[in-house]
Amino acid sequence: MKPILEFRKIEKAFFGVRVLKGISFSVPEGSILGIVGENGAGKSTMMNILGGNLRADGGEILIGDERLVAADPRESERRGIAFIHQELNLFPNLSIAENLFLTRFPRAGGLPWIKRGELNRRAAELLKEVGLDVSPDRSVETLSAGERQLLEVAKALSFNARIIIFDEPTTSLTSREIEVLFALIAKLRARGMTMIYISHALQDVFRLCDDILVLRDGEVVAHDATETFSTDKLISLMVGRSLEQVFPGRAKTRSGEVLLEVRRLVRGEVIRDVSFSLRAGEVLGISGLMGAGRSELARAIFGLDRRSSGEVRIHGETVRKSSPRAMIRRGLAFLTENRRSEGLCMDGSIAENLTLAALPIYSKHASGWLSRENIRTAVQKMRGEVHLDAKARSEQPIRTLSGGNQQKVVLGKWLLRNPKILILDEPTRGVDVGAKAEIYRLISELAGQGMGILLISSEIEELIGLSDCIVVMRGGTIVDELARAEFDRERILRAALKAA
Amino acid sequence: MRANVLARNPLAGAFLSEYFVLLLTVILFVALAPFAVGLASSESALNIVAYLIPLFIAGTGLTIVLITGGIDLSIPAVIALTSVVGARLMTGESSVISVAVGVGAMLGVGAAIGAFNGVLITALRLPAFMVTLASMLFFNGFAVWFTQSSNIGDLPANYLALGKQLPIALTAAVVIGVVFHLLLSRTIFGRWIYALGQNAVAAHISGVPVQRLTFATYVLSGFCAAIASVILTGRLETGSPVLGREMLLDVVGATVLGGTSLFGGRGRIYWTFFGVLFLTVLDTALNLMNLSQFAVTMSKGAVILFAAVIDATRRRFVAFA
Repeated sequence: MKPILEFRKIEKAFFGVRVLKGISFSVPEGSILGIVGENGAGKSTMMNILGGNLRADGGEILIGDERLVAADPRESERRGIAFIHQELNLFPNLSIAENLFLTRFPRAGGLPWIKRGELNRRAAELLKEVGLDVSPDRSVETLSAGERQLLEVAKALSFNARIIIFDEPTTSLTSREIEVLFALIAKLRARGMTMIYISHALQDVFRLCDDILVLRDGEVVAHDATETFSTDKLISLMVGRSLEQVFPGRAKTRSGEVLLEVRRLVRGEVIRDVSFSLRAGEVLGISGLMGAGRSELARAIFGLDRRSSGEVRIHGETVRKSSPRAMIRRGLAFLTENRRSEGLCMDGSIAENLTLAALPIYSKHASGWLSRENIRTAVQKMRGEVHLDAKARSEQPIRTLSGGNQQKVVLGKWLLRNPKILILDEPTRGVDVGAKAEIYRLISELAGQGMGILLISSEIEELIGLSDCIVVMRGGTIVDELARAEFDRERILRAALKAA
Repeated sequence: MRANVLARNPLAGAFLSEYFVLLLTVILFVALAPFAVGLASSESALNIVAYLIPLFIAGTGLTIVLITGGIDLSIPAVIALTSVVGARLMTGESSVISVAVGVGAMLGVGAAIGAFNGVLITALRLPAFMVTLASMLFFNGFAVWFTQSSNIGDLPANYLALGKQLPIALTAAVVIGVVFHLLLSRTIFGRWIYALGQNAVAAHISGVPVQRLTFATYVLSGFCAAIASVILTGRLETGSPVLGREMLLDVVGATVLGGTSLFGGRGRIYWTFFGVLFLTVLDTALNLMNLSQFAVTMSKGAVILFAAVIDATRRRFVAFA
């Protein structure tokens, strides 16, 4: 079979960090290629280059025999590539037919007048093809996640796509909807459609794909027929033995008193019956895939989202009214995963951001009058503690700093409050290697001083390097728990992926 | 780089400084003085100060609301309603006590309207624009109904002094300006207000009492508008249900012209003072030039637009610094 798609030495770097290191592979026409790899292995980057959302730094992509010159989604679309994203690109307020023909409405002559009849007729044909039995003028917001997924496929068919890319298509579908989607994929394959299927659900990859490609740290580590892989082999290939990161030596765990206790916490469908406890001086790592409910758990504990049921106890005392304000008073601090939108006032200065959470501490009396002297001292002290770039002035706007320095400011903001319990959600995301090492050092020091730390991370290495204990979440609940002696990348990944 | 080069040049330095609007005012004054006969006289100076005071006091409250990213359109309604309520209570009386009761009621009504806005905006999470627009219409109408569309005169002499004797009003304006400036720049409240305007989510997560704070800003704005009303009503010697009707655009215009952002996060009390001063000088000069009312409004619009263009250009440069 001749290849319909070929990657030749594709290179991509973000801010000097190579995320794709010369990717080469080809896909025979009419086959399904499964792509697997850990979070951050480069899967999405690769597909975004193919879909025209990103420009490659080097190498070339061939479609059929012709080079794809893209970095323009419309050019990719014109060449027959349909990219169905994790977050679907539909307009919920518009009708099905309007979504399908948004850029090419059938019009009357050259007039900007839409021929409704023809629009609906053509939309109905496409819907029939994907087995979606709904009226084309229904608005998209009334469709379920599974129906929307089918609609995306219909959209791909509407511009005669030759290659359809699925990125984690099943995460929000029910098992029945998954079956419908898989049946459609099989039908399309029988018609000679080429597909790329990206997923963490390994059993689905095994079931659907002709070939599997394993990506790790921006490199293709394996690419072969599906029969040649086993689940075990796949996981060890994904995990690899690379990434020599330096972690500070963590002192031996001397578990102190229990600081935080979570009992049977439930929040709708997102968090289902989670219990754990955190002791003084302990780093508890939380692993899991995106959407496993890790951040949601942190938000519910911190009082940002309401809990459906369950208990949160701090120092043995049950917290009834929980809001961030109340939780901060009880000694909690929460570094969220979205630094820019939730952690910082981007127009504010370093000093303003550093002191935001701790302001009440710098006021002697009820009027709220602030002592400039106290604030200056505190800012100076904290800048040193988190090793903030010494060249930056305290009055400098935070947006002029690098990601790593910004993250240090968020961390410093919480440390000025002297918290007992620190929740860190992806503390090293978008942070350069140097700042990463310093954040690791801080985490280790703080735990050494008796702080209880809840560390959420998608980097398993990071969790293994820093935690005393790791819990693995999947589908809103804790599915595995590992003590330090049991730390094992494969076991963690297996639990997160449900490939036991 | 570019900004650094500019900053070393004294002319450019003035262009980039936060006193730029004040500088514009001086330029405006010098440019118009030859044409506006009597602009550079003590009489016109007193006039400017008198006109400026209520505008500045109302603008102070609005500045705080704007910094949080909100808006208060109900200011003219507060001025009108407090004017007639106070006048109704004080008319025909002459004792100091009745003046105290009247003024107290005016301030109370102003704060109450602010609280009404604040509750709707925080508890029901309605957009501030809609809430304050609706309460402007409602309380304006209410003031007219309350008086059956007539003015209320015969106010106590010691009340009228509050509006007519410039030193008293001036003292009030200075005290309010200084207190609010310190509140914004030197207290937790102030720091929280700016943080709220810059990033409400981050502020909430950092333990800022976002709801209470938002509520407080509308109460303060209503309170400030009521103080402006005390002075204006005294100066006019009557409680009028249409008092302040023309003021909304002047207050908002002057505050924003001063540099306070409509999108929240930035603003200063003294910027508002500069904005108010600019607008008042412009207004006075145009009136002295014996232009028709249309010409005055048109010129005012043109000059404000021009100032806004210069200011926007300037801010693009500041962003580089």
